[in-house]
Amino acid sequence: MDANAWSMLLEGAWTTLWISAVSIAIGVTAGLAIALIRLARLPVIEQLLVTYISLARATPLVTLTLFIFLTLPTFGINMDRSVAGIMALTLNTTAFNAEIWRAAFQNFSRDQREAALACGMTPTVCFRRIMLPQMVITSLPGLVNEMSFLIKGSPAIAVIGIVDLTRVTNRISAVTYEPLPPILAAAALYMAIIGCLVWTQRIAERKANRLAM
Amino acid sequence: MTNWEIIWEARGLFLQGFLNTLVIFALSTAAAFLIGCGVLYLLEGSRPRLRVPLRIYIDVMRMLPFLILAYLLYYGLPTFGIRLDAWWAGVGALAAYHGAYFAEILRGSRVSLPPGQVEAAYAHGFTTSRMFLRLILPQLVMQSRPLLGNQLVIALKDTAFLVIITVNELTWAANSVSATYFIPTEAFVVVIGCYWLVSIVMEVAIKQAGRFGTKRGFDNV
Repeated sequence: MDANAWSMLLEGAWTTLWISAVSIAIGVTAGLAIALIRLARLPVIEQLLVTYISLARATPLVTLTLFIFLTLPTFGINMDRSVAGIMALTLNTTAFNAEIWRAAFQNFSRDQREAALACGMTPTVCFRRIMLPQMVITSLPGLVNEMSFLIKGSPAIAVIGIVDLTRVTNRISAVTYEPLPPILAAAALYMAIIGCLVWTQRIAERKANRLAM
Repeated sequence: MTNWEIIWEARGLFLQGFLNTLVIFALSTAAAFLIGCGVLYLLEGSRPRLRVPLRIYIDVMRMLPFLILAYLLYYGLPTFGIRLDAWWAGVGALAAYHGAYFAEILRGSRVSLPPGQVEAAYAHGFTTSRMFLRLILPQLVMQSRPLLGNQLVIALKDTAFLVIITVNELTWAANSVSATYFIPTEAFVVVIGCYWLVSIVMEVAIKQAGRFGTKRGFDNV
């Protein structure tokens, strides 16, 4: 593999990284929003959200990506490949994140909440000042775990022609006729990315245990 | 002819893809489960020298995306003169990948198993293999069944990746129907429904296994 192949690989890694980062950022916030809405137990919306979470958790990412990419144009919505990829990854990860956040809500100590309300905090202030900071810490290990799942699932977007870190190996081997070196290099890059996440997760877990409430 | 009638006409294709997905899924998860149990047994102790390579195997698999492993088997192995067709490369990759995850799940619950049982078994003259098969494995499987079930759903979803290495499975069926008749929405709705159905069936089965476990007293450890 020459320098050109390496620069293509790094470009692919960058594509994987930014698409995953955008989906993670949207997915974590949207997951929190869904968990909050589910707390309110609105009659119809609750069932809709439950169905969405169950469906999104059962649908393979490849299928979801193809579905979004092929279906939306028939409704007259034309979008870029990368937007379709981000949408698929986000829809998938949001469902998992919503469950993580909901578990954090359910495990939050009632005493603290009642104490905060008794001190005269409004529910909003109590959520922002008391609950959210602690919930972020307790659910961080789960969220980081979900992030590494997302990156492990991100090659699915290659199916609609986005040249990510997996797809780029085909491009390189089409020129060099040696498929093995680029695949191994891509594997090493993935291991570096996910290894970093696993390492953060370990730190997050240690911090969470130290602050255990 | 409405779109749904076209889908009904193409039912043979969907059925073929669905069956193929189910066969791949069943075969590879069965193999993965055996690999997981085998790795756990080797970690159990008689050969300490194997411990490091096995840990490396598990950790590497946990850091790789599934598709990269499938690529390695499908595009990489021919370099060494081993030529697998896409189907077998897919099944092999699924088995090797999820075998490591099964091993990790079982290892996680093995750590929390009280050591007294093992000592008692040795005192009664069990050999390591018999003790593993009769005492440890059943308990670990029943204890970690929610995680194992979760992993089964992930394995089912990973079968869809095989469409990228040209295996004719369920997602491939939807893709080819939508490419032939230009009706992507209906084709993919059918396929997503199939995946949903299988994972719901698995969830119910895991719950039933839990009931069986309670009846046999696996929960009173």
